[in-house]
Amino acid sequence: MKLTIQVNEGPYQHQSADTAYFFTKAALEKGHEIFRVFFYHDGVNNGTRLTTPPQDDRNIVARWSELAKEHDLDMVLCVAAAQRRGIVDDGEAERNGKDATNIAPGFRISGLGQLIEGGVQSDRLVVFGD
Amino acid sequence: MAEVTKKFMYINRKAPYGTIYAWEALEVVLIGAAFEQDVSVTFMDDGVYQLVKGQDTAGIGMKNFSPTYAALGDFEITKIYVEKESLEERGLSLDDLQHLVWEDEDDDWAERDSIRLVSRTELADVLADQDVLFNF
Amino acid sequence: MTMLHVVNKSPYSTGSLGTASSIMKSDDALLLIEDGVYGAVKSGKAASMLGDCKVSVLGPDLAARGITEDKLIDGVEIIDYAGFVDLVEANDKVQSWL
Repeated sequence: MKLTIQVNEGPYQHQSADTAYFFTKAALEKGHEIFRVFFYHDGVNNGTRLTTPPQDDRNIVARWSELAKEHDLDMVLCVAAAQRRGIVDDGEAERNGKDATNIAPGFRISGLGQLIEGGVQSDRLVVFGD
Repeated sequence: MAEVTKKFMYINRKAPYGTIYAWEALEVVLIGAAFEQDVSVTFMDDGVYQLVKGQDTAGIGMKNFSPTYAALGDFEITKIYVEKESLEERGLSLDDLQHLVWEDEDDDWAERDSIRLVSRTELADVLADQDVLFNF
Repeated sequence: MTMLHVVNKSPYSTGSLGTASSIMKSDDALLLIEDGVYGAVKSGKAASMLGDCKVSVLGPDLAARGITEDKLIDGVEIIDYAGFVDLVEANDKVQSWL
């Protein structure tokens, strides 16, 4: 089964970022293909490398980065949502005159077309949100 | 653009302005229009409030994006389902909503209504017929 | 074609379970996750919303909230994340009632 996952909420505020992660991991363990994980709305906040969660709590951002690295996942942050919420990569910093970047490893910023394409190309779209 | 054509349904269940979902969902619908899929949009539960006419956001300092719904017809989005029970529960009728239309090029650009008022039971059949369901 | 309906909110806080249960068809499946698991507790008013459709509940979310199996309505299947994946595969599409 080829899956696209949509994550609508940021880390810690809602459980959906966690549920999406565990679902994605379980799907991979079962041998399914993750076409893309697309982060929208506050979901783009899963892609900042600047979080410092307490030592005794899960590191949601790092967890995504590790999963992406292990399985060569395509994790996309919607550009419009990222601009609004201040998640920046080199390209965005240059285009919008920002003096810093904060994108976490394993994520890339791209357009909403990536979500649509996920819907077209995948067998299932699963949405996690509030 | 794509070889595959699927039935895409964008479902709106939240009111405008209190949260960003209504606006950011509309952005997906507009971008998605370029992908030549068979697109429908549903407004149900609090989502029906998004279509209420006469929105004036000056006092809350937010962009009034409600005129964008009127442009959906130009993006070839002609199937807009509004759930009857959701309207009634909220004391609304079709008259409270924007009149959304599209122009039928196969009929000399005659104006047609985009909004299809459906009961929950009818909506269940519409949803069952879809391939991909987007929620926000 | 069957649909997997996923509800993640408590029925006592939002109308999502009410909407889902009133719109789903008899062949569809219902999965309660996150705060949605409260909908499966038999002593709660919401229990009557769940018709005769197939209801599953995410075990880790029950455990997190201190809900033991004996508190659930009869016939509910407790599954894990792997089971969630299986449900997605077994149904043609997924409707997340956020």
